[in-house]
Amino acid sequence: MKRAISFLLSAVMLFTVAAAFSSCGSDGEEKAVLRVYNWGEYISDGSEDSLDVIEAFEEEYNVEVIYDIYATNEEMYTKIKSGAVDYDIVIPSDYMISRMIEEDMLEKLNFDNIPNAQYIMDDFKNTDYDPNGEYSVPYTWGTVGIVYNETMVSEVPDSWNALWDEQYAGNILMFSNSRDAFGIAQKLLGYSQNTTDEAEIRACADLLKEQKSVLQTYVMDEIFDKMEIGEAALAPYYAGDAVTMMAENEDLNFVVPNEGSNVFIDAMCVVKGSEQKELAEKFINFMCETEIGKANIEYICYSTPLQNVYDALDEETKNNPIIYPDEELLSRCESFVNLPEETNLLIQDLWNEIIVE
Amino acid sequence: MGRKKSPLTAFLTVPYLVWMAIFVLVPLGMVLYFGFTTAEGQFTFQNFQSVLKYGDTFFKSIRLSLVATVICLVLAFPLGYIMSRMGEAGQRTMLLLIMLPMWMSFLLRTYGWMTLLENEGLINRFLELFGIGPLSMINTEGAVVLGMVYNYLPFMVLPLHSIMIKIDKSIIEAAEDLGANGFYVLIKVLIPLSLPGIITGITMVFVPSVSTFVISRMLGGGKNVLIGDLIEQQFLGTVYNPQAGSAMAIILMVLILVIMGIINRFDSEEMEGMMV
Amino acid sequence: MRKARFFPKIYIGLSLLFLYAPIFVLIAFSFNESKSRAYFTGFTFKWYKELVQNDAIMSALFNSLLIAFLSSIIATVMGTIAAIGINSLGRRKRGFVMNLTYIPVLNPEIVTGISMMLLFVFFKQLMDLPLGFYSLLIAHVTFCLPYPILNVLPKLRQMDPSLYEAALDLGCPPLQSFFKVVVPQILSGIVSGFLMSFTYSLDDFVITYFTSGSGFSMLPVTIYSMVRKKVNPQINALSAIIFLLVLALLIGMNIAEAKKAKKE
Repeated sequence: MKRAISFLLSAVMLFTVAAAFSSCGSDGEEKAVLRVYNWGEYISDGSEDSLDVIEAFEEEYNVEVIYDIYATNEEMYTKIKSGAVDYDIVIPSDYMISRMIEEDMLEKLNFDNIPNAQYIMDDFKNTDYDPNGEYSVPYTWGTVGIVYNETMVSEVPDSWNALWDEQYAGNILMFSNSRDAFGIAQKLLGYSQNTTDEAEIRACADLLKEQKSVLQTYVMDEIFDKMEIGEAALAPYYAGDAVTMMAENEDLNFVVPNEGSNVFIDAMCVVKGSEQKELAEKFINFMCETEIGKANIEYICYSTPLQNVYDALDEETKNNPIIYPDEELLSRCESFVNLPEETNLLIQDLWNEIIVE
Repeated sequence: MGRKKSPLTAFLTVPYLVWMAIFVLVPLGMVLYFGFTTAEGQFTFQNFQSVLKYGDTFFKSIRLSLVATVICLVLAFPLGYIMSRMGEAGQRTMLLLIMLPMWMSFLLRTYGWMTLLENEGLINRFLELFGIGPLSMINTEGAVVLGMVYNYLPFMVLPLHSIMIKIDKSIIEAAEDLGANGFYVLIKVLIPLSLPGIITGITMVFVPSVSTFVISRMLGGGKNVLIGDLIEQQFLGTVYNPQAGSAMAIILMVLILVIMGIINRFDSEEMEGMMV
Repeated sequence: MRKARFFPKIYIGLSLLFLYAPIFVLIAFSFNESKSRAYFTGFTFKWYKELVQNDAIMSALFNSLLIAFLSSIIATVMGTIAAIGINSLGRRKRGFVMNLTYIPVLNPEIVTGISMMLLFVFFKQLMDLPLGFYSLLIAHVTFCLPYPILNVLPKLRQMDPSLYEAALDLGCPPLQSFFKVVVPQILSGIVSGFLMSFTYSLDDFVITYFTSGSGFSMLPVTIYSMVRKKVNPQINALSAIIFLLVLALLIGMNIAEAKKAKKE
């Protein structure tokens, strides 16, 4: 026993020491570290012969990147707010950016370090969430619609009502974040997605509670897998991810319901207090380079707000109506703005009630 | 035991006590502080009032984990008994086989069940061969209970086994000789003699079950929220509210103390033996 | 009568099936050509290759081993010293210290996790010390500490105190008598305390999840974020490797123990 244990211990110790040496011995000086916090499945990561963007950045600037992922805007916000994590770069959606600007959680960017910002299309320059374009550089945009499996539905689910349809009970997935979930209920009831009217919000909550009986579960990134293997019939999600799923399973399709929907912009920002602000800006610039932007967009299938990247895409992608919808469809879509604190709290409370019931 | 009360030796506990004070007592004190104050630091009961509306979630957590504990006990009791009557080599092998899964990450094992229970999963594929199903098993309360039973069953088997090997075979034989039937032996001899093991097992299954958030998240989908999920959400989830989260944690601790107090008034000395 | 003997075997078989079915399914599908978890389409080793090349998993594995190793060493040394101290205490003081020792064992992990997160966030505001390696090490030492104590104490109690005193009387210096006389008698307790600490540290997810901050990734947290994303058969390959390692370790220890038992 004793001999076995001492052998085991020395093996573990040797391994630890060897690994410690090999990890820091190869490069003498300390590398600068950049911490990036991004959505899951939201960057070209080297799988399936794509370009590994993070590795490319590390090599080009001789730095180390720590890359973590989150599933919802709210999760990212909570972790940053808690003080338990430190990140330099985050990529929130529009409404969350304006909330973070209001709460002084973001740094103003030095655009001297981001020359590629010149490629931002005009539509994305003076946005509601960042009126002077001082805090953010857009990464992607897209619409929200319903991903559905043609073999499992009886008709094209071109109304949000399909997500409440008894005949699909047990085969419907739903957003597990409050803002997107309420957004759907708001469109279905004909309200603005930015309503602050308490009665309207409560009506939406009732509708979402009612929905629970037909739902299979609430998801975010888990949706890819579930839709691709036919685990569920229909689910609301983002257009770009729908295209990714459709490439894996040809029975899948995507539709933006007639009641209208949400159009969102996700943009890159630097977190307040970042110790690597300049490097972070270089990272943002790097992400806007034509080759890098193209690799990301081709991998994640979202729509690009950058002219240089758009021009570099193939014709098939440019003409894909899911990724680049026409004006008529966009006119039916609304974008989220940040809500007053009491409305945020009300939605959060009601959402908690919905999921615990 | 108290033979040599050298004051010098007693001082050896000081570094340990200081460590435990800073990293166990102070953090628990901070939970109490956050639970009873507002964001501005004023004393309040508001946090507890705001948690009251999640009463159903508390009941659900307790209900599911009690069911899981009872199932564990029912499954583990015969297993522990059978093992305790095996030869030495057999016992050694069985202990190894029971402990092996415990040493693997419980995330991986729970993930294994996730893939088994899916609508398109292996179990439903298998049932399909017989024309049954598909049954929806994942994202149900049943799946959550299954996850608890699966993950914590060894915690029930091990203490039961280690108490049952101490029960002398001749006691059972004596009872049988005196005309007691199997059921009577079980009720009057086996269960009373294994009581300390039963109590330890219940503690070791119930506490992690009632406070889990991983099992409910992975096997219950977003639909079966337990108290652990709610606490996690307050710190790393949807809204940073350490005040509400601390209040929930305090209620959870009190509930566990009350329930464990009902089940046992056990002597901490009993447990030392169980840990080895 | 024959029936009665037959039942235990069936029962044990079913129990083991329950315990091992998900593990074996995971392992079987680690060799599956496609990503399907229900149909086996062909044999491949490619997920193992991808796993070994996956920097995120490999560095998380290294970090987890490092933390497990350091925290169990620290906890074992500190715990053994504390156990010797506790052993010399009177009954009442001893009861108090033991109650303190049981707090991390009996408290729900999530409560330990959030309470330490609150403390480390407070430290961060106070001293600008970000969560990461140091907070993980402290957290792991803290929840490991009870195990060396609970394993060493019974051994100390079985020990004959007069042996140590005899060594002193014979002129052996206290420290040397301690290492020559006391340590050999409590060694098995120290070793099992260390091993328990090591495995608990390696396996812990909940407390790690709340105290890891950003930048120092640990294996269980990496696995958790992987299972929430697209399904990746690398997870299956990882399960298979961990299973084999644990199996080899346990069998090795078991054989060693059996040999020792035979000798005695």
